[in-house]
Amino acid sequence: MSALQVAGASKIFNQGTAKQVDALVDVSLTVDPGEFVSLIGPSGCGKSTLLRLIANLLEPTSGSVSVNNKTAAQARLDQDYGMAFQQAGLFDWRTVSKNIELPLELKGWDKSKRESRAKEMLELVKLPEFAELYPWQLSGGMQQRIAIARALAAHPQLLLMDEPFGALDEMTREYMQGELLRICGETSTTVVFVTHSIPEAVYLSNRVVVMSPRPGRITSVIDVDLGSKRNEDTRAADGFFKSITAVREALRGTHAEHAAANAIRGVEDR
Amino acid sequence: MARANATVGGLRGLARARRVGPAIVFGVAFLALWESAVRGFDLKPYFLAAPTKIFEQFIKNYSRIWEASMVSGGNALVGLVVGTFFGVAMSFILSRYRFLGELITPLAIALNAIPIFVLVAVLNNMYSITSEIPRRVMVTLVVYFIVLVNVAKGLTQVRSTHVELMRSYAASEFAILRKVRVPNAVPYLFTALKIAAPASVITAFVSEYFGGLQNGLGSRITSNIANSKNAAAWAYVLGACLLGLAFYIVSIILEGIARKGEAK
Repeated sequence: MSALQVAGASKIFNQGTAKQVDALVDVSLTVDPGEFVSLIGPSGCGKSTLLRLIANLLEPTSGSVSVNNKTAAQARLDQDYGMAFQQAGLFDWRTVSKNIELPLELKGWDKSKRESRAKEMLELVKLPEFAELYPWQLSGGMQQRIAIARALAAHPQLLLMDEPFGALDEMTREYMQGELLRICGETSTTVVFVTHSIPEAVYLSNRVVVMSPRPGRITSVIDVDLGSKRNEDTRAADGFFKSITAVREALRGTHAEHAAANAIRGVEDR
Repeated sequence: MARANATVGGLRGLARARRVGPAIVFGVAFLALWESAVRGFDLKPYFLAAPTKIFEQFIKNYSRIWEASMVSGGNALVGLVVGTFFGVAMSFILSRYRFLGELITPLAIALNAIPIFVLVAVLNNMYSITSEIPRRVMVTLVVYFIVLVNVAKGLTQVRSTHVELMRSYAASEFAILRKVRVPNAVPYLFTALKIAAPASVITAFVSEYFGGLQNGLGSRITSNIANSKNAAAWAYVLGACLLGLAFYIVSIILEGIARKGEAK
């Protein structure tokens, strides 16, 4: 049984008009339970679009998406996944604890159950003393940890993340990567993670999916073999650099191909 | 954590003292300059009354100023409450049905472009001369537009991350309204009230210049000026000023209660 399956999915915006954009063409991807998969590629390669198809925030133009062997739409209705974005997206008018409780409120949980779960999640992200503060009183990294706690509050088996650490400084970012691996290890959550950063993708992932723009598609999938226990030493390991090089070359390939395509178009234009 | 809050509170108190201190010094210095200018250049009372004379008149006429303030203030309050109610109600309707907004916005802009006070003259003709209704309707209109524009903005301009998040929770439109749009609009409502509260007072007594009952602050200012009682007229202006200030302060206090603990 797979945690999620994308089969021949395409997404075309403004179809049939002058502004038509082939955001994704014939994308297939299967993710196993407990796996950590990163989507990487240049801007416009459709990685965020693919994430939104999985989340059922967008409907594919063709092809299908299934999560936990249900349609993506049903999985969304059942809140089978949690989601985190580049902006922590916390609600200014809610305390930290109430922010974490939001998805549970929408599921109709009663107050005491919500509060004890929020407390448990704050322990998980190691911020238990901040429950009654408001988001503006926390640093960017702390806010992002609260957003992760909120995404995992309902104990979903799948976590979808769209450049969640993109707005953080490098030090905080590496710390957050370690924390994310610890949290997902403890909760055995499956993760699909969109990023721009090659080291980030390699450090976190079991597999790195390399994508290319115009039209958005998957060009290669690179297995990262760094074992399941990763720590700061991993960042200095040979395997880490080898995988970084492999991803970089795969990305260069898409880049070179793209440049060549542009050159041909240049010829045609004349 | 309690300590952290106390520290934040203490810092805020200090910051407030730093902000308010210079303003008080400036205000006192301004009054002193005014007073000494009137005395030094021997300005006649019909030209400019001295602050001490105005204050004297204010004490002397205190009960009449109070009564007039109650009349103008009452009109302002009625208009403020009714205008806010309809403004909020309409903003909900407009945010739900966007096409209505597109229909109504040009009309609202056109209405705002005309000097809206002239409507009082029209309203005065519609009601009896002893009626307070024209003034209250006038205040209602002014408040209505201020509240409508701001609250509609608060209901519609929500962060896209918040909406995506709510959709990922399979939240209904009603849940998004209740948990995202309404809380998002609360600061906008109070911004609107902070503008609308003093504006309602100004509207209430400017409306009195267009005839009708001679019982409010505006009419008293006119009649005192007509009788060359300049210092008394200024005393009523002071009353109007304090009334506007009172409305403003109440709107700030309400905001503080409604948004306890939040940053801004």
